[in-house]
Amino acid sequence: MTKKKKEKQKLPEPLETQRNYVLCGPIVNTHTSTATSASMYMPLGVDNAWDFDDWTGHFDIQVQELSPERLVFDMIGADPALANALRRILISEVPTVAIEHVFIVNNTSIIQDEVLSHRLGLVPLAVDPNALAWRSGEDAAGESNSVVFKLAVRCSRAADGSMVNDKVYSRDLVWLPSGSELPDETGCRFGRSQEGMFAAPPRDVEQNILLAKLRPGQCIELEAHAVKGVGREHAKWSPVATAWYRLHPEVVLLQPVAGADAQELAAAVPGLFTVQDGQLVVGEARQHEDKLERVRRLLEQDKWAEAIQLRKRKDHFIFTIESTGCVPAEDLFRMALEILAAKCDKLAARL
Amino acid sequence: MAVPDEQRYSGTTFAVQEEDHTLANTLRFFLNKNPQVTFCGYSIPHPTEDAVNIRVQTTGEVTASQALVGACEECAKVCRHTRAVFDNALDRFKQQNPTQGQ
Repeated sequence: MTKKKKEKQKLPEPLETQRNYVLCGPIVNTHTSTATSASMYMPLGVDNAWDFDDWTGHFDIQVQELSPERLVFDMIGADPALANALRRILISEVPTVAIEHVFIVNNTSIIQDEVLSHRLGLVPLAVDPNALAWRSGEDAAGESNSVVFKLAVRCSRAADGSMVNDKVYSRDLVWLPSGSELPDETGCRFGRSQEGMFAAPPRDVEQNILLAKLRPGQCIELEAHAVKGVGREHAKWSPVATAWYRLHPEVVLLQPVAGADAQELAAAVPGLFTVQDGQLVVGEARQHEDKLERVRRLLEQDKWAEAIQLRKRKDHFIFTIESTGCVPAEDLFRMALEILAAKCDKLAARL
Repeated sequence: MAVPDEQRYSGTTFAVQEEDHTLANTLRFFLNKNPQVTFCGYSIPHPTEDAVNIRVQTTGEVTASQALVGACEECAKVCRHTRAVFDNALDRFKQQNPTQGQ
């Protein structure tokens, strides 16, 4: 079956530009709202109602950069409501695993118990959240819903006078697959070992996070229990650092610019504006994004405001997802889409 | 005998617990795009309460509940399609840039 890209019904200019672009001025941006009402352009004979097949014809994603920590992609044809929902879910509703309960056996360091516990909670852990079950208040802590780490560091002075273990790093957290070593105090009892439950042994992502500094004679001995949670409850469970999007910028010529004016513009914003055969030629705004504010400054003058226009495409989002390392960035976006679909299905079922 | 619109009009306010702008704004977008919906909007009664009120009014051809269920289904469809397009885009990118990625 061949899919024909249906031509989106166009409005007469300048309405079409105002519908599709945010126009950037020197002080304010104009036409920033998106046209979502179905009957909005009825008097002009243009149907703005939702058409899934029409939308799929215009929707596209293009990946720009990919690594386990960072994903940059273009999402073309989406509405801000959808892009923002995905951004909010990435920040606050994709589950992760982080240290929640810290049982301190001994802490003679200068770092207070609560400060040390707070820092431990913020350490990103490389634990697959799908392998762990949720732990609610009433659930017993066990191998299905908790990951137990131990931190035992004692600082001493070596024979040559140097200090041993004076800095406590996150790599000093040791995973205990058979569970808590103090089950009576912590209330956490494992029925069986967690060996083999995870694809890779749980550890912290960075290994180099400085947790505390010690001096000879001081020690830290504690047990840290990690559980699954979401960023809504505490930022330590947020899997991104952070996720954001921006609109695709464009610079266009409203009228041809030649001669001395062209030279002036090319000197003001080199690279973006070039002069060819005496005429001004505009390059790709995406490749000169650091210079776009100069274009905005130029628009303060009327003669340039009539000749050039800086605008942003309303339905073209450049998404950046930076993962803290617990879950690869591409998996985070997939999880966010699943969570949004699950929310809709859950609400539809209740109606 | 034709029934005048005023008698068939359907308007409901849905008080949804444990939801916020994330879902409500997305549903508002899909509801707005439905030609049978005459009014749709949402409000958060109080920021410390985890609830959102979604107001839907229709022409009467469908009930407000049906319109909201339709919006939920469209949103889920859009998510699934986005996932498919995203997976294809990633595969294309990994083929063209074999050194990037995992």
